[in-house]
Amino acid sequence: MSKSRQVIVESPEAVVGKKFVTIYYMGKKYRVPAGLTVMKALEYAGYRFIRGVGCRGGFCGACSMAYRLPGDYKLRTGLACQTVVVDGMIIAQFPYTPMHKPRYRIDDMKPDAGLVIKLFPEVTRCIECNACTKACPQGLEVMDAIQTILRGDLARAADMVFDCIACGLCSLRCPAEIRHPHLFQLVRRLYGKYMAPKAKHVEERVREILEGKYDEELDKLVELAKTNVEALKKMYMEREIEK
Amino acid sequence: MIGYPPELRELIKVVEETREERMEQVMKRLSLEERDELVHRWHPDYRKDTKRPLRIGPNKGEIVYNEIADLLEAWPAEDPDEVDLSKIDYDVDVLVIGGGGAAAAATLWAIYSDVEPDNIVIATKLRFGDANTVKAQGGIQAADRPNDSPAIHFLDTFGGGHFANKPELVRALVTDAPFIIKWLEDLGVMFDKTGEGEMIENAGGGASRKRLHAARDYTGLEIMRVMRDEVWNYGVRILEFQPAIELLTDPETGEVSGALLWNMETGEYTIVRSKVTILTTGGFGRLHLAGFPTTNHYGATADGIVMAYRVGANLRDMDSAQFHPTGVAWPEAIVGELITEKCRGLGAHLVNVEGRRFIRELEPRDVVASAIIRECAEGRGVVTPTGRCAVWLDLPLIDIINGPGTIKRYLPAMYRQFMRQGIDITREPVLTYPTLHYQNGGIEIDPYTHVLRPDGSWIKGLLAAGEVTGGVHGKNRLMGNSLLDITVFGRRAGITAAKIVGEKASKPKISLAHVKRYMAELEKLGIPRTRRAPKILPDYRGKHVLERYINILY
Ligand SMILES: Cc1cc2nc3c(=O)[nH]c(=O)nc-3n(C[C@H](O)[C@H](O)[C@H](O)COP(=O)(O)OP(=O)(O)OC[C@H]3O[C@@H](n4cnc5c(N)ncnc54)[C@H](O)[C@@H]3O)c2cc1C
Ligand code: SF4
Ligand code: SF4
Repeated sequence: MSKSRQVIVESPEAVVGKKFVTIYYMGKKYRVPAGLTVMKALEYAGYRFIRGVGCRGGFCGACSMAYRLPGDYKLRTGLACQTVVVDGMIIAQFPYTPMHKPRYRIDDMKPDAGLVIKLFPEVTRCIECNACTKACPQGLEVMDAIQTILRGDLARAADMVFDCIACGLCSLRCPAEIRHPHLFQLVRRLYGKYMAPKAKHVEERVREILEGKYDEELDKLVELAKTNVEALKKMYMEREIEK
Repeated sequence: MIGYPPELRELIKVVEETREERMEQVMKRLSLEERDELVHRWHPDYRKDTKRPLRIGPNKGEIVYNEIADLLEAWPAEDPDEVDLSKIDYDVDVLVIGGGGAAAAATLWAIYSDVEPDNIVIATKLRFGDANTVKAQGGIQAADRPNDSPAIHFLDTFGGGHFANKPELVRALVTDAPFIIKWLEDLGVMFDKTGEGEMIENAGGGASRKRLHAARDYTGLEIMRVMRDEVWNYGVRILEFQPAIELLTDPETGEVSGALLWNMETGEYTIVRSKVTILTTGGFGRLHLAGFPTTNHYGATADGIVMAYRVGANLRDMDSAQFHPTGVAWPEAIVGELITEKCRGLGAHLVNVEGRRFIRELEPRDVVASAIIRECAEGRGVVTPTGRCAVWLDLPLIDIINGPGTIKRYLPAMYRQFMRQGIDITREPVLTYPTLHYQNGGIEIDPYTHVLRPDGSWIKGLLAAGEVTGGVHGKNRLMGNSLLDITVFGRRAGITAAKIVGEKASKPKISLAHVKRYMAELEKLGIPRTRRAPKILPDYRGKHVLERYINILY
C-alpha cells in the first residue's frame, strides 16, 4: 500500500484504468483513458503544451476551451484542467483572448460607475443576452454583474465577480464586445480601495512598528536565535496558543 | 462527473457515524520530541533514497534531493560559443525574471523608488501571473491584531522552520508584514473584513494567533491580479513565453549583467543587458521530488536555482521540501491539487478508515503530512479506486461548526473544484494525501535580497526574492508566510534594485564566461552531455507516443 504513493501521478499511464474514451481535438481523434481531465488526456495523447496551460488547478484561466458533446447542439465552454473527458466530445482551445487594457492611475479614480463606463464605454451596449453567464466556467452571474455596474452599484458588482479568473470566455461570446476581465478588475479595485471600510487595527500596528515599539523584543529574539537556540525552543514550546 | 462509487460511500458512513463523538475530542499538542520522531520516521525529507551529495559547484558535497542534483549536474541548454553577444536586444536598468507575485512586487517597488518603467523588463515563462502565486488560497500572515505581535510571529515562524531559519530574514518578514497588508489594501485588494473594516483572521498550522488574512479562498489570485493590474498600468515591458535560460556576467568583475532569454515558440534567443537582475522564478514542484504529485503551476521547474548556482550562489536547505498534508488523492482528474489548510483552520478533521482522528490537525505541515503517511503505511488508510492510499478530510464539519453557508462563502474555490467532480463538500468528506507543495530552501539572500556566495559575499548585480530563495522559512514554511515572503522581499528587491541603479554609472559588460567555467567542471566529472538544464517545462506526454517519436521540425 505504501508503494502506491510513489507513483508520479501526472504521468497518466501510471494510474490509468482499463477504460478508454474517444475524443476529438481540433478534429483529430484520440483514444484516451477515462477519468482524466482534457489537459491530461491530451498530454497522454502526445501533446506538450506551451500555450493553453498555466496553473493546472482552475485559478489562472489559461486553458479556456469550447466543446460539444455527441448528439447535443450546445456549444459548451470550460477549463481544460478542470473538465473531465467524455466519450465523443469535440474540443478546441482558446489560449488567448485579444483585448486592450485601458491604463489608469487608481489613486486618481473615484468609486463612480460613470468613470468606469468612460474607460469601458462598450458596457452600455450590453443587450442582456446572457451568453456571458452561460459561458462562465466559474458559474458567475456575469450578465447580472454587468447590469449591476450599469445601475451604478459597484460594491455589489465587485462581490459578484470576485471569483472571476479572467479566462476571457465571456468576452469571446459577448455580442457587445465587452472586456469583462479588465472591467471587473477595475470594479474590484475600486471597491477594495475606496468602498470597503479600512482596517484601522492594521494602520495602528504599522504606526507602532514605525515608532519602534517592537524593536527591542525582536533584537533579543534575533540574538537568541544566533546564540541560544535552546532558550528560544523553550519560549516556543511554552507560548500560548489562541483557541 | 459521477461522484463517489458505492465502495467509498460505504466508507463515508464511518466518517459520518463518528462525527459527533470526534467533535467532543481534544487532540493533544505534540512535544518537540514527538514531532521529531514522527517526522524522522515518515517524512520524505528523511528517506535515504530521495537525496544525494552534490558533485559540483559552490555547495559540492551537500545533500540535496536527487531531482535537484540532476539539474545542477547538467550541461547548459545553449552552447556558449554559438551565442552572439554583440547584439543586445534590450538594454535596461532592471531585469525581472519571473512572472509571479515576487516579480510584480519587485517591479512596482522599483518604480516607486524611481526606476523608469521604460527601463524595466519582465521576462517570464508563461503569461504574467501564471505562477504559484495565483494558486495560493488560504491567506497571508501579518501580526496586526491586539493580542498578536511581530515577536510572536517571529517565534511561530522560527519554531515552524525547526529553528533553522535565517534570523535576520525572519525579522524582516514579520516587521514588514502589517505594512504590506496596508499597501495591498490601498492598492484595492479585497480582503475579508467585518462591516467595521476589521480583518477577519483565521488560524493556520503552527501559528499561535489567528493572523491569516484572506480574500475568500482566492487570496493569491486576488493579490496577484491587483499587483499585475498595477504593473500593466505603468506600461512595463513584459516578455511572455520567454524564460531566462542563463544569466550573463561581466567577465572582468564577475557581476551579473543580464540574461539570455529563449522564445519558447520560435526557439530563438534574446539578449537582455541590465544593471540589476532580480530572480523571482519560484519553486520546484514540477520536478515531482520523490515521485510525489504536486500543487504547483506548470512552470515550477527550479530554473532560477540552476542559473544562480552557475554564477556561484549559495543554496541552503535544499535537503528539505514541503509536502502539503492535504492534496487531493481522488478523483484522478485533480490528484495532487491542494485542499487548503484553511479547511483545517475552520475545524475540519483528518480521519482514518476506522473513523478516528490521528493528529492535532493544526500541527506544522511536515508533522501532519508525516502522520497521514504513517496512517496509510500502517494500513489505516483508504485505498482509492485508482490504487492510491488516502485518509479522509471531514469537510462538512466546517458548516456544522461555523454555520451553514460558511463553505460556499469562504471556500468557493474548494467547493467548485470538487463540485466539478460530482462531490459536494458541504455534505461529503474528501480523500487526501500529501502532495509536493513548496520549496523551503533555495538561494541564500540577505535582508536586502542580495544573492550571497557561500562565503557570505554578494554576487553583485543579482537580487532574488520569493520561493526561489532560502532561509526565510528554514526547513518548513508556515501557511500564509509565503505570500508574505514574496511581497516583503519582492518589495525589498525593488528598492535595492533602484539603489543599485542609482549608484551604477555605466552598464556592465556581458559574457557567458561563468558558464564555460562550469562546463569545464562538468567535463572533468564526466557528466553525460545529454543531461541539460534548466528544464523549463515538465513532460507528461504518453510513453506510447514517445516510443515512436521522430524529431523533424525542431
Ligand atoms: C496551490 C498552492 C497554494 C498555496 N497557498 C498559499 C497560501 O495560502 N498562503 C501562502 O502564503 N502561500 C501559499 N502558497 C505558496 C505561495 O503561493 C508561493 O510560494 C508564492 O506565491 C511564490 O511566489 P513567487 O513569486 O516566488 O513564485 P511564482 O508565483 O511561482 O512565480 C514564479 C514565476 O517565474 C516564472 N518562471 C519560472 N522559471 C522561469 C524562467 N526560467 N524564466 C522566466 N520566468 C520563469 C514562472 O512561470 C512564474 O511566473 C501556495 C502555493 C500553491 C502552489
Ligand atoms: S466572468 Fe468571464 S472572464 Fe471571468 S471567469 Fe467568468 S467567463 Fe471567465
Ligand atoms: S454576453 Fe455581453 S451583451 Fe450578452 S449579457 Fe453578457 S455582457 Fe451583455
